[in-house]
Amino acid sequence: MQTTLDSQKKLLSKLQPLIALFVLCLVIGLLSDKFFTVSNFWNVLRQISVNICISTGMTLVVLMAGIDLSVGSVLALSGAVTAGLYKSGIEFPTQNLFVGFTLLGGILAGIVVGGLLGFFNGMAITRFKVPPFVATLAMLTVARGLTMLWTQGFPISGLGKDFAFFGTGWFLGVPVPVWISALVVGLAILLSNKTKIGRYIYAIGGNENAARLSGININRVKVIVYTLAGMLAAVGGLMVTSRLDSAQPNAGTGYELDSIAAVVIGGTSLSGGKGSIGGTVLGAIIIGVLNNGLVLLNVSPFWQQVVKGLVILIAVVIDKANTKNH
Amino acid sequence: MLVADNITKKFSGVTALDRVCLELHEGKVNAILGENGAGKSTLMKILSGVDNDYEGQIVWHAQPIRFQNPKEAQQAGIAIIHQELNLIPYLSITENIFLGQEILTKWGTLHKQKMRDQATVLLQKLRLDIDPATPVQELKVGQQQLVEIAKALLLEPKVIIMDEPTSAITDQEVETLFGIIEELRADNKTIAYISHKLDELFRIADRYIVLRDGKSIESGNIQGMTHDQLIQKMVGREIFIPPPKIILNNQESVLEINGLSLKKPNHKESFILSDISFHLKKGEVLGVFGLMGAGRTELLETIFGLHHAQATGQIHLNGEPLHLKSSVEAVKAGLALVPEDRKRDGIVPGMTVSQNISLASLGERVEKNGFLSNQAESQLAEKYIQELGVKTSSAQQLIKNLSGGNQQKVILGKWLATHPKVLLLDEPTRGIDIHAKSEIYKLILKLAASGLGIMMVSSELPEIFAVSDRVLVLAEGKLTLEILTQNATEDILLKAAIPKVL
Repeated sequence: MQTTLDSQKKLLSKLQPLIALFVLCLVIGLLSDKFFTVSNFWNVLRQISVNICISTGMTLVVLMAGIDLSVGSVLALSGAVTAGLYKSGIEFPTQNLFVGFTLLGGILAGIVVGGLLGFFNGMAITRFKVPPFVATLAMLTVARGLTMLWTQGFPISGLGKDFAFFGTGWFLGVPVPVWISALVVGLAILLSNKTKIGRYIYAIGGNENAARLSGININRVKVIVYTLAGMLAAVGGLMVTSRLDSAQPNAGTGYELDSIAAVVIGGTSLSGGKGSIGGTVLGAIIIGVLNNGLVLLNVSPFWQQVVKGLVILIAVVIDKANTKNH
Repeated sequence: MLVADNITKKFSGVTALDRVCLELHEGKVNAILGENGAGKSTLMKILSGVDNDYEGQIVWHAQPIRFQNPKEAQQAGIAIIHQELNLIPYLSITENIFLGQEILTKWGTLHKQKMRDQATVLLQKLRLDIDPATPVQELKVGQQQLVEIAKALLLEPKVIIMDEPTSAITDQEVETLFGIIEELRADNKTIAYISHKLDELFRIADRYIVLRDGKSIESGNIQGMTHDQLIQKMVGREIFIPPPKIILNNQESVLEINGLSLKKPNHKESFILSDISFHLKKGEVLGVFGLMGAGRTELLETIFGLHHAQATGQIHLNGEPLHLKSSVEAVKAGLALVPEDRKRDGIVPGMTVSQNISLASLGERVEKNGFLSNQAESQLAEKYIQELGVKTSSAQQLIKNLSGGNQQKVILGKWLATHPKVLLLDEPTRGIDIHAKSEIYKLILKLAASGLGIMMVSSELPEIFAVSDRVLVLAEGKLTLEILTQNATEDILLKAAIPKVL
């Protein structure tokens, strides 16, 4: 009897975010007749796909009790690198050399840049024992500065129709960014649940000492995860740049906070070891629906920020109350 | 003047103190003696108000009293100096002494001048000739301890409890400390002095109180007692007869250690372990006995590759030289370490029993074509749950919901799944109830019989006798004795373990 009650409680606490989302949709739908339309449905999903990409990487990082504040800047730099290389290639005046890039080449270069920045984060954290908060805060500034240097402070625009496909295109009746983020989420779920490294991520977050003494190469796992987070930020950068048809030097500012919000609302513990990619997707959807609903209801953008902040707070308070009961 | 009357203290079912009675005599140095786990520290925590959940009563100046927190005990005049120093490294001596007792000006700001003057007076009294504005982190350990004493004296206590005050300081600092203790006694302060080091006690103590297995055994004047008599009282229990062992003379060595030394980090000349050599045979349980701080845990950790930057000496595994630089390499080589602090270093509390079992062997036993196989994992988990008799509702139960003994079995299972050659156990039954203890002992013996080489660090003599074939004794980082268990007695081991103060 007791155990069935317990497991019911547990199930209920797991379903809480889903119930919250359902209620949220219901309320907004009652107040606005534009909410439950097909075009709005895709609109919301398209808007959140960038955050979902970034937050997937952030979830892996946070599961190891880490944090990555640099994702917004990394997104901007890798987007700018892709756009710049695709549009005008790169010149090496001393060697009298010009290298042009195809669309695929530019995209890969952007993802490599994102991965490299993430790799540097991982190295700073593991080799030089810099706390993740500080290491990635430094990277936030460095990557933003590099973006300014690369773009000279001006947007790189006019990228053409092929490029716009990744942000605005449709494929089989579904927006391309939604395909991309779904693919990312699918792979990440596979990684976190079905592979050795996924298990190690949870173990490191759950008890780093025990994981180390079990012979797990902690440093390697951390470097891989921060590299992945950088690459996923780059994928987000591709989508943002493509949607705007322009790489903005200040793109992605503040995205790290939206992504941490999605992770936390999705039930992942900032102290590591507990949480899931699926939860984060739900968290990102809740934030997206909330934003969308407040716009549809003509609420001032200033109030939107206040509401978003309160939702984060309430989510964590509820989560704490749940863990206390168990 | 301070009397503990029939104090009983239980920790989740385990009795730590069993109707303990004790009387501290005024103006005397009262030595409190006992093995690790005899209940000394627990009793002192109760006397100083750190722990207020107990049965029985404390009588203070003929009045029954129950301190709710350390502050109440301090105000009554009882100060404690803990074994681990509780100073804040970045604050100055003065700031540390007055922490929580700050003197304020009439404006409500800190009265720095007055505090500095008082600190200076206290330091002079303790013959510590240092500017009280010095940050504590710049002091040596012995000096830091004097600051702790100064902090205790600030409240003009009548009783001062010192918990193993000499465990971390040099011989010269010990001399200074003894001088101060004698002055305090001359001031008619009552001192409760906890220590393992019997020779020290003969020098400064007036009275002795022996605790054993949570019971108060005897007290009296220390004059007229001998070293051996006191040891007898500390050990005292009926002698455990070890089961007859097969003598393993013809077995080959699995692990050989030659001249192993471990430097203290940042100390050029100080050693935690010095020049240790021994071997471990296949199928043997090698007990490692020593008091706290003797270097037992460090010995296992060094073999496991955790201190390679500070360690020197040779380690051979099955005749092959080993140069381990990390636990990753240690596990690959076939070593397994069951750490002392299960919660801190052993279990991943938020994971299931099954996930904890497979953690160290995912690559070898669970991964198929790059993905984890649920089937392989649950087979592995079930195998060790059965083999080790883990009591759990299912393999999917979170490990944190298991009892300490069952958690320890899961950790053992995790290591057995890696098919190790050598198993290093650090206090394998710490915090485990008596029934589970005997099960763990049976497992250890069974594993050894299957050919595993096992080293077991323990501070409990009955445990050493129950399972080991041979015993190493460490004292202050040196190997002081190597003996077959059948030739050993508790006396012999304890004598070898107690450091001699010159």
